[in-house]
Amino acid sequence: MNFYEQIMNLDRRWVYLVIGLVVVITAIFPFDVPLYVTPEVRSVYDYVESLNPGEVLMIGVDYAPEAMAELHPMSYAITRQCFKRDIKLLLCCLHQNGPGMVEQVISQVSKEYNKVNGVDYVYLGYKPYPSITILAMGQNFRIPFPEDYYGTPLDSLPMMGGITNYDNVKAILNISAGSATEYWINYANGRYNAMLAIGVTGVMTSDYYPFLQSGQIFGLIGGMKGAAEYEHLAEKGGYISREKDQLSAYKSMPIQTTTHVVVILFIVIGNIGFFLSKRKKSRI
Amino acid sequence: MRKTLPFALVTGVGFFMLVQYFIPREEFEIVYEWSLDWIIVIGCFAMLLGLWSLTMASVHKVQRKTPGWGYSIITLAGLFFMLFVGLYPGQASLVRGSIFMLLFEYIYIPIQATMFSLLAFYIASAAYRAFRARTVLATILLLSAVIIMLRLIPLGPLSAINQWLANFILTVPNMAAKRAFWIGVGLGATATALKIMLGIERTYMGRD
Amino acid sequence: MSLEEGKIMGTEEIIWNAVATFLTLCIFTFLYKDNPFYKFAEHLVVGVSAGYFAVILYYNGFVPKLITPLRQGEWVYIIPAILGLMIWTRFSKKWSWISRFSLAFYIGSGTGFAIPLYMQNYVIRQLSSTMLPVGFTTWALFTNILIIIGVLSALIYFFFSKEHTGFFGGTAKVGIWTLMVGFGTGFGLTVMGRVSLLAERVVFLREYFIELKYYLYILFKYGLPLS
Repeated sequence: MNFYEQIMNLDRRWVYLVIGLVVVITAIFPFDVPLYVTPEVRSVYDYVESLNPGEVLMIGVDYAPEAMAELHPMSYAITRQCFKRDIKLLLCCLHQNGPGMVEQVISQVSKEYNKVNGVDYVYLGYKPYPSITILAMGQNFRIPFPEDYYGTPLDSLPMMGGITNYDNVKAILNISAGSATEYWINYANGRYNAMLAIGVTGVMTSDYYPFLQSGQIFGLIGGMKGAAEYEHLAEKGGYISREKDQLSAYKSMPIQTTTHVVVILFIVIGNIGFFLSKRKKSRI
Repeated sequence: MRKTLPFALVTGVGFFMLVQYFIPREEFEIVYEWSLDWIIVIGCFAMLLGLWSLTMASVHKVQRKTPGWGYSIITLAGLFFMLFVGLYPGQASLVRGSIFMLLFEYIYIPIQATMFSLLAFYIASAAYRAFRARTVLATILLLSAVIIMLRLIPLGPLSAINQWLANFILTVPNMAAKRAFWIGVGLGATATALKIMLGIERTYMGRD
Repeated sequence: MSLEEGKIMGTEEIIWNAVATFLTLCIFTFLYKDNPFYKFAEHLVVGVSAGYFAVILYYNGFVPKLITPLRQGEWVYIIPAILGLMIWTRFSKKWSWISRFSLAFYIGSGTGFAIPLYMQNYVIRQLSSTMLPVGFTTWALFTNILIIIGVLSALIYFFFSKEHTGFFGGTAKVGIWTLMVGFGTGFGLTVMGRVSLLAERVVFLREYFIELKYYLYILFKYGLPLS
């Protein structure tokens, strides 16, 4: 076996070790990564900036811990921006293991800005069958959610006076890791013409550019890079700060950079080995 | 009767939902809202099926002492402990800071997040072992993937060119490809829905 | 500073994060090989997630949608409750046919909504957004030509009822090239997605060990466990 054949038949645990070392070394010695803010992320930020104090924004937080790394930073940055600007939030969760993620974000950020449940924000909670729930909310939020997450009847919450369905919220931001995004586009925007922007995982990002181009969504925050871009904008706007350790996506960007370099090198080495082996076989 | 009536119900309910979309009458709206309300209640019961299956599968493993049955005890212990700390204190257990939420934050979140983080190693291993530019098509795929990945790497003066190229790829050829994909999904979903409504597709009902 | 920014961790937080760190490392051991630590964490999370979901379903599903309305005298909710209970007959070979009625109601509704909305949002709206102004005078007009060619050629590629020969075959070839670019972007973004999950975990571990170092320093220097 020649050198390249040996390299190509390497035990995968050596590959894991290289990745592990790169990640740990970068974590110990982080560096600043320049960010280029894409128009699709900026449009979400600018839209939230354009809202007036007292207006209601709906956030559909539809992810579980496995997508937390990419989507939690988006939830935090958007919530902080909204609360600092006194924009009211209406939150819901359509992922069965996600309600705790919303509770984490809203309980922490509401304390930072002294926001009161029922007055400045309402957390509707979870319901099964996302498609049916989204359709039902388009008629009246009280159909799927007669009570909020904490068991309080919606009609007794001051913020919900005058809020019946999507017509009474300025826009919907869906932060999701699964098929819920399709349902929001299909049902909330498709049937009820709700203004919609989405924050999705890296895996899903490329799939939703057609909806951005068609105008069915007005913004797209894609993966951890998108979250880092949003944090960058929010930091410039004074909504989050590095000193308070609020840039959780940006903190992971150095690891993204070095790991991507390594993965590209692996692809290049693998292909060099492949072509050299192919040439050797054709000579024989 | 056991199959005919359900199929008739599918067709009837399906056509009603289809018709009410186009005819904005108050009577239709009322029935539509009732249907949505009831389906959510049915959904709550349906979700319990999976939980019951998991519980019984673990109980059977323990009863029969199949290899690894000790781990099933851990599963059952986790399940019942969460049920206890969640249901006993009442709805206050859903508030951050309760034992229920602490277990969610410090047991469920780290394990679930770490399990999925292993995928990073697997994708690096797959990239090394399997991604070969064997054909023209594979080369196109690899090149576009590498350009997208280079967005995250500071390339000095080349960064601006790469960002522009990546943006172009995402908003033009990628957008076109994914649009064709979504049109296919839409046509396929519509065809499947029609087949189900007309009783041509019946596998979802199971067998007698 | 701490994982929740702005403060040094107290004793309780250090202990809970120690549990989280231990479980994180248990899962990472799987990279070497399957072992009892990994199996323990895997089975624990299955049980905990099932228990978590059951509690959430009870408080967010059953209580507001069934128990509270029935207590308030809205007896009509007995009907969906009966339909829901009928689904549980799926576990019985003899009575599983009863569950078909509940399924029929749900599936009938789903298919009824799906037809107009899927056609509108995934087909008509997407096709209408492909009808773009074209030209060679500006970059935007030129890219519109590429978009139209890309969409049409990719759709032609998926049409397998006609043999891919001649002009049709050539267009299908352009279509598969376009699709390959789409798959390539998907792969590139997937790498970012997967790496971000790992990056977050490693950052968590880094910050916990830094916090633990500060905590132990204060404990051993001043003998004061932080509350």
